[in-house]
Amino acid sequence: MSAIRTVKIDRTRLPEPGPTRPFPFPSIEKSTLPNGLRIWTVTHTQVPLVAFTLLLRRGASSDPVGMDGLAAVTADMLDEGSGERSAIEMHEALARLGAQFDTDIGSDATVASVSVLSRFAERALALLSDIVARPAIRESDFARVRQLRLHRLTQLRDMPGAVADRAFLQLLYGAHPYGHSPIGSETSLAAMHVDDVRAFHVRAIRPSAATLIAVGDCDHAGIARLAAETFADWTGPGDAEVTAGGSLPHAARLNVVPRPHAPQSELRIGQVAVGRDSPDYHALVVANTILGGQFVSRINLNLREDKGLTYGARSAFDFRRLSGPFILQASVQTTGTARAIEESIGEIAGIRGPHPVTAEELELGIAALTRGYARSFETGEQIGRAAMQLALYDLPDDYYEQFVPRIERVTSDDVSRVMQCHLDPARLTTLVVGDFDVVREELGRLGLGEPVVLSPDAF
Amino acid sequence: MNISFTKHTLANGLDVLVHEDHACPIVAVNLWYHVGSKNERPGHTGFAHLFEHLMFEGSQHHDRGYFQPLQGAGATLNGSTNADRTNYWEVVPSGALDLALWMESDRMGYLLPAVTEAKFANQRDVVMNERRQNYENRPYGLAPMALLAALFPPDHPYHWTTIGEIADLKAVQLDEVHAFFRRYYHPANASIALAGDIDREQALALVERYFGEIDAGDRVEPVGASASLTHDVRLRFEDRVELPRLYLAWLSPAMFAEGDAELDLATDLLANGKTSRLYRRLVFDERLATDVSASQNSREITGYVQITATAAPGHALAELERAIFEEIARLTADGPTDEEIDRGRIQTETQFMFRLQTVGGFGGKSDQLNAYNVFLKDPAYFGRDLARYQVVTKSSLQEVAGRYLDPARRVTLSIVPHDRTALAAPDSDPAVVS
Repeated sequence: MSAIRTVKIDRTRLPEPGPTRPFPFPSIEKSTLPNGLRIWTVTHTQVPLVAFTLLLRRGASSDPVGMDGLAAVTADMLDEGSGERSAIEMHEALARLGAQFDTDIGSDATVASVSVLSRFAERALALLSDIVARPAIRESDFARVRQLRLHRLTQLRDMPGAVADRAFLQLLYGAHPYGHSPIGSETSLAAMHVDDVRAFHVRAIRPSAATLIAVGDCDHAGIARLAAETFADWTGPGDAEVTAGGSLPHAARLNVVPRPHAPQSELRIGQVAVGRDSPDYHALVVANTILGGQFVSRINLNLREDKGLTYGARSAFDFRRLSGPFILQASVQTTGTARAIEESIGEIAGIRGPHPVTAEELELGIAALTRGYARSFETGEQIGRAAMQLALYDLPDDYYEQFVPRIERVTSDDVSRVMQCHLDPARLTTLVVGDFDVVREELGRLGLGEPVVLSPDAF
Repeated sequence: MNISFTKHTLANGLDVLVHEDHACPIVAVNLWYHVGSKNERPGHTGFAHLFEHLMFEGSQHHDRGYFQPLQGAGATLNGSTNADRTNYWEVVPSGALDLALWMESDRMGYLLPAVTEAKFANQRDVVMNERRQNYENRPYGLAPMALLAALFPPDHPYHWTTIGEIADLKAVQLDEVHAFFRRYYHPANASIALAGDIDREQALALVERYFGEIDAGDRVEPVGASASLTHDVRLRFEDRVELPRLYLAWLSPAMFAEGDAELDLATDLLANGKTSRLYRRLVFDERLATDVSASQNSREITGYVQITATAAPGHALAELERAIFEEIARLTADGPTDEEIDRGRIQTETQFMFRLQTVGGFGGKSDQLNAYNVFLKDPAYFGRDLARYQVVTKSSLQEVAGRYLDPARRVTLSIVPHDRTALAAPDSDPAVVS
C-alpha cells in the first residue's frame, strides 16, 4: 500500500465517472390460469426469500358514488380471517412463517403483498389466496375495522400534510373518481354496510383484474402449479375498469385551510395534468426532475438552499390510468408563505419558456435518471414493484430496456413543449394549510385573487 | 448467515471494510463518524446534526453543493445523525466510485475553508424548518423531548433530542463549527465500508489513495454517563391533538448488552402486530385504543423501552395504563408461550435475511458492517447478533422483562388535547417542553 500512497491526488478537479456496466432488467416468465389470473415470476436468488405481490387493478377510483372509502375498507377486510380462521388466527398463521404482510390501496389499484423465507413460499401463497380470494368478511370484524378508520380520520385532522392532501384532491377533481382520498369520509364510512364490502369484493377483487407476481428464489412452473391449486375456486367476471367521469371543477386560484398558530404553512400547488399512457411521459419525467424532482432541482435549490424557507420542496407528476395531478409540495415557515408561493409559481412558469432548461441542467437530469438505473432493481421487492408497473399500466415487456435510451433522447425543446402543453400557470390551484391571520395580508398581494377559506372540519 | 468482508486499518487509523457483491453494477460507500448528539453539551444541543447539513454544502476543493456531481453520476446519497453516530453514504454506479471517494475524502480532510457565514446561516434556517416540520407542527411531535428529558438527568447526553433546542440553534456560532470538526471529523474517529460491485484489493487501494493523506487526529474518548429512575415520573402535556396518547418508558440495557435481545423480543410480543398481546386486548377485544406499539431503543450508553398507545374516543389514558400493566404483570409472572418464542425466532431470522438484500443506504450491508465495527470493533458480528436472539428462552425473556419493566421506576407521559387534562393518566404534572 505504501507505494500507492505516494501518488498525490489531483484535487483540482473531480474524477470523471467511468462507463456504466449495462444491467438488463431480469426477464419475466408469464402464464395465465383458466380463471384469468395472470402469473408472473422473476427468478432472483441473491437471498433465500420470495416476495409475492398480488395486484388488483381496482382501487379507490372504483368507489361507488356516495361510498368513498369502500375499496380501502374492502382491502382492510381481506386479512380479517377466512373460512373457520378468525382475524387473529390469520395473523398468527402469517407470524408463524415470519411473513411480512401488507395491503396497499391507491386510486387505480389494490395490492396485497407477502414476503417470506423461500422455504415457506408454498404456505405463504396458500395464505395469500385465502386472504384475497376467500376472505370471511364478517359483520363484527367490519364494525371494528370501520371504527378504526373513523378514528384514523379523526387523527388525520391534526396532521397538516394529510389535511392538505385530502383538500387538494377535492379542489382539483371534485366529484371525479380521483377527487377523494382512499380513506373516504366520516359520512361515507358511516353509511357503509358489511354487504357493500361483500358486493365490492365480488365485483372488484376478481382474477380477471389480477396479476400474481412472485420474485425470488422460486421457479415459474412451481409457482404456477401452486397458484392453480390455491386460486382454482376464485372465479367470476367482475366489473369494468373506471373511465373518466364528468367535468372537472373550477377551483379558485388561492385557497386556505386555517390552522391557527401553525409554525409552518403546508403548501400544495398544482393542476390536473396527464395520464400514464401519455406519449410525453419520458419528456415529462426529465422536465420534472429538473423542476422539482431531485435535491438539486430548481424549486428545492431556490426555496431551501437559497432562501432557507423549508426543509425541502418537491414536485411530481402523479401518472395514473386517467389524467393524474401535477403537485408541488412543501412545508414552509409561516413568515415565508407568500414568498414561497411566488417563487414556486415563478419556477413553473419559467421552465415553460422564459427560463428554458440549460444544456447543463438537461445533461444532469438525464444522467441522474439513467446512470444509477440499476439500483432500482436490487431487491426482490423492488423487482416485484417494477413488474407491477408493467401490469398496472399495460406497459410492454421491454419497457425497462427502453427506458434509458428513451430518456436519453429527450431534448430541451421537448422539455419546453411538454411543460407548455401540460402545465398552465393561469390554471394552477394553490392551497395553504396554515396560520391565516398571519399570512392573510401577504397572500392578498400575490395577485391570485381573494383567498377562498375552506373549513378545517371538512377534511 | 453472514456478511463476508475484509478489514484493514490505514496508518492514520481509518478502518476500511470491504464486501464484494456483484449482483448489481453498483457500489455503496458508507462512512461513519463516531459522534452524535451525545457528544454535545447542555446549551449547545442540535449541533452534531446541524454540522451534518454543512457537510453537504461544499469543501475546499469542491466549494459547491455535494448533490450535483454525485446525482449527475447516477448516485443516490444521504446522511443522518442520531445520539451515537453520524453517517454519510452514496450508492454509485461502479464506474463512479472514484468520484464518491474523492468527495468523501475532501470533506473529511478539507471542509473548513469552504464553510462560510452565509452557508451556516442558510443551513441553520433549513434545520429550524426541519424542526418545525417534524416536531413542532406535527401532532405528538414534542413527545420525544418530554420523554428523554424525564428519563435522563439534565447533564446526561441522552437528555436532549438530536434536533436540539430552539434557543441553542439560534445561539450557535460559526466558530463552533471549526472546533467540532477538529475534534470529531478525522480518520481516527471514522470507519468506511464499501460494498458491491468491486474488487476488494482495488477498493482498499483506492481508499488508501484518497484518505491516506489525511492526518489521523486525536482519539475521541468514550462518553460515559449514568442514569437511574427511582420512582414513577408522571407528566402530562397539552397538544393540538384529537386523541390522547400514553407513553410509558423505562431505562434498559445498552445495545448488544445482556438483556437487549430479550427486550427486543418482549416488546415485539407485547405490542407489535395484530398477534401481539396488547394489540389483541386494547385494540381488538376491548377497543380502548386505536393503536399500540413498543420498542427497545438500544443505544450505546444505555437503552430505553417505550410503549405507546393512543386512546379510542371516549376512553381516558387511565384505562389504557391499567390494561397495559396487567399485561406486563401477566408476562412477568407467567412468561411467554412456546408459540411466542417460536414466532420471535422465525421473525428474527426473516428480518436478518431481509437485511442482506441491499448493499447501501440506511440499514444496507455497508451500514451494518460499520455499525458492528464502530460499536463493537467487530464487523463479523452479524452471525453472533442473530444468535443472541436464537438463544432467548421463555425463562430468560420472563426474567429480563420482570427486571426492567418495573411499574415503580418508569416515565408515564400523557399527551392530551388542550383543556382535556382529565383524560391524562392520574396524578400527572405538567411537562415543560421547548
